[in-house]
Amino acid sequence: MSILKVDNVTAGYTPESSILHGLTLELNEGEIVSIIGPNGAGKSTLLKAIFGLLKPTEGQILLRGENIAGMPPFKIAKKGLSYVPQVDNIFPSLTIQENLEMGAFIRDDDYSGTMEGVFSLFPVLKERRNTRAGTLSGGQRQMVAMGRALMLNPSILLLDEPSAGLAPIFVSSIFEKIKEINATGVSILIVEQNAKEALKMSHRGYVLAMGRNVMDDDSDALLNNEDVGKLYLGG
Amino acid sequence: MISLIVYGIIVGCIIALGAIGLTMVYKIVGIANFAHGDFMTLGAYIALVMVSIVLPWVGIPDTRFGPLSFGWRMVIAFPVSMLFVAFIAIFFDKLLYKKLRKKKSNAVILAMSSLGVAFIIRMLILIIWGSDYVFYRPGLLRPALFLPLGIRIRPDEIFIVCTAIFLVVLLHLFLNRTKMGKAMRATSDNPDLALVTGIDTERIISWTWAIGGALTAAGGILYGIDVQLHPGMGWNFLIPIFAATILGSIGNIYGALIGGFVIGIAQEVSTAFLEPTYKLPVAFMIMIIILLVRPEGIFGKE
Amino acid sequence: MHIAGLSSYIVSLIIMAGIYAVLSLGLNIQWGYTGLFNIGIAGFFCIGAYTSAMITTPMPSGIYAKYVHQLFGLNLPFVFGLLGAAIAAGIIAFLIGIPTLRLRDDYLAIATLGIAETIRLIFNNEQWLANGPRGLMGLPQPLHSLVSERNYNYIYIIIVIVIMAIIYLAIEKAIRSPWGRVLRAIREDEGSASMSGKDVFNFKMQSFVFGCMVMGVGGALYAHYTRSITPTVFTPLYGTFIVWIMLMAGGSGNNKGAILGAFVIWGVWVGTKFMTDFLPPYLQSRAPYFRFLIIGIILEFILIYRPQGMIGEEKSVSKLME
Repeated sequence: MSILKVDNVTAGYTPESSILHGLTLELNEGEIVSIIGPNGAGKSTLLKAIFGLLKPTEGQILLRGENIAGMPPFKIAKKGLSYVPQVDNIFPSLTIQENLEMGAFIRDDDYSGTMEGVFSLFPVLKERRNTRAGTLSGGQRQMVAMGRALMLNPSILLLDEPSAGLAPIFVSSIFEKIKEINATGVSILIVEQNAKEALKMSHRGYVLAMGRNVMDDDSDALLNNEDVGKLYLGG
Repeated sequence: MISLIVYGIIVGCIIALGAIGLTMVYKIVGIANFAHGDFMTLGAYIALVMVSIVLPWVGIPDTRFGPLSFGWRMVIAFPVSMLFVAFIAIFFDKLLYKKLRKKKSNAVILAMSSLGVAFIIRMLILIIWGSDYVFYRPGLLRPALFLPLGIRIRPDEIFIVCTAIFLVVLLHLFLNRTKMGKAMRATSDNPDLALVTGIDTERIISWTWAIGGALTAAGGILYGIDVQLHPGMGWNFLIPIFAATILGSIGNIYGALIGGFVIGIAQEVSTAFLEPTYKLPVAFMIMIIILLVRPEGIFGKE
Repeated sequence: MHIAGLSSYIVSLIIMAGIYAVLSLGLNIQWGYTGLFNIGIAGFFCIGAYTSAMITTPMPSGIYAKYVHQLFGLNLPFVFGLLGAAIAAGIIAFLIGIPTLRLRDDYLAIATLGIAETIRLIFNNEQWLANGPRGLMGLPQPLHSLVSERNYNYIYIIIVIVIMAIIYLAIEKAIRSPWGRVLRAIREDEGSASMSGKDVFNFKMQSFVFGCMVMGVGGALYAHYTRSITPTVFTPLYGTFIVWIMLMAGGSGNNKGAILGAFVIWGVWVGTKFMTDFLPPYLQSRAPYFRFLIIGIILEFILIYRPQGMIGEEKSVSKLME
């Protein structure tokens, strides 16, 4: 069943100019769903709207049936949704460990187990736990960012272009990690430029253009679709 | 000259206490708080009320600690006044700045509003206490100690330096050891991500005002102990505080601390060459030079 | 108060409001049209007043030379005083603009505040410059011989109104020219003005200098109205803060608003004096503080509830831009 449903949502940065025009999509329990599409299709805007950083002017965002459209981010985070922005996704002057602690800011329970979990997923972070995050390489920053988001013990993770700006060798390892996270039961909605790789690890995909959902299907079907191949998968 | 440097360090402590709060408010709340100096004055006068009216009425004896000019009354008045100004700072934030933030007013309107707060606080102080110079303990001779190298320093002044160090260490521990302190650093680092992480930024803003208000109040009381109280005292510190803040890079509390000492020492040393009334322009000139040469401050990155 | 007394009271009120209107117009060029956050108005007000005073008075001679010091005394007519005030304020503005106009808005604010305080301290400390804290006295008044001393203000009110009107028309003409449109583009968003940083700086400088020259004229008008000036007048309260409130109240970005705000706020300021008359005697000496408190509270109300001021920005000018 769908754990998150974006229902006919229209949203933008100003009331006059919408970027999303009546977009609808669904994420089912335990799935990885990729959202692909050209630049300016509204992919990042969609994630911001889901996470309460933008208030949709129309439509609903249903989390397990509850409409969360326009709720402040910290309330949405409490409901088990976690979001990793594309850029500026770490606290540079805080140490790695402090970054992770901040991820658990709204948790009142003991989160040491979760932190151990993050460290076993990204062992390099444990080694360098007292290093300031701002001094890390791009790949390690991305690990800190994802680790920070996982500290909430989310049921849904929203990832905005996790491979952007990474060296090719890190891209595949980040995608591996995403699959590992998903295997622990976290549903993942991922926005990617790197459409082919993203679809390969996803269960399903949506193709966005001009703020609308133009196609949705199983990942394999999209990967084999000629139009999609030509337009977004680089031939 | 050494005496001037020593006295510069003492004044520097007071400037630094103001600048640390100002730099935090500047970075986290996003306000160039022109009322910061008047918070300082308010702190000094609240302590005056405690020392001269409230605590005698409660029955706290008028003791003195050895060579210091004050005793238990001041020890109690000090934190009470810091707490009071902390709440006043939060009060003005909720009353004014929060409304302006909601309306997405720009930084200049917020600064303008804080200038209004500065005048409102000063006028209230003038209405309540008048414009005279007053002392925590009038008519007390406060002999100086003679240290080697021809340094003369009053016991009170040693207390000032110790208190300032104590407060800065306390702040350091708060920012590095507590959840709220770390969240403040996180918000200062990356406010958007702090929001996404679920940190309630309005709460962080209140904490920032509280700490900024309390520290500058402490600076005001220390100045009152060392020199005297006057409704314009904080306003006269405003430019040195801003100079120290900009010198140490906005948002950097250790930069503000060092900036405070640099400005304090420069101001005092300048009196060897210039009239003492030109201390303020000296601080101002240093600020202008920094803005010309390195606008991001000495600890800032481009 | 009988009729003659009342009318002369109103005349003096209008003169002061008119002088403040000139300051407010000067600030409007900077803040209203260019977005420059100048909180050092008092400094330029002060420069203008002292310059005009020294241009129009003779160098002290005889026994006075012992007691009164001033840098120069040219004994020239009032018009030269006005021009000199504008030029001096403009030169100082230019020098100050070089380091500060490239900075962020809030840095400009703290810098201008520092300048105003510095200027006041210099006039207060340097005896040779303009007689230190005792200031300059006995400043000449234009067309003084036409009427009796008692009725002189009826002449001066005309002078103030005429000068205010000239400045108003000059600014209106300037801001409707292509130059004015560039200023507004800078205020709205420096980036989209599609100009180099150097151009932006130059336009800001022109606006800053122009505004400060107007403030200098305001200073000259003030000096010859009160006939004596001391550095204590040019404090942030009387010299800067109240002018800001006038402009914010009237409507920044609107010259009519700048003038209206000056008259209304000056009226409120004078009106609060009647209110403080009801204070108990032991608080009478603190009456001015109550008056400033009210003015400060008015500012906060304006900022939150009516930031566009009483009449707001004229839309016609922004239409021209499109």
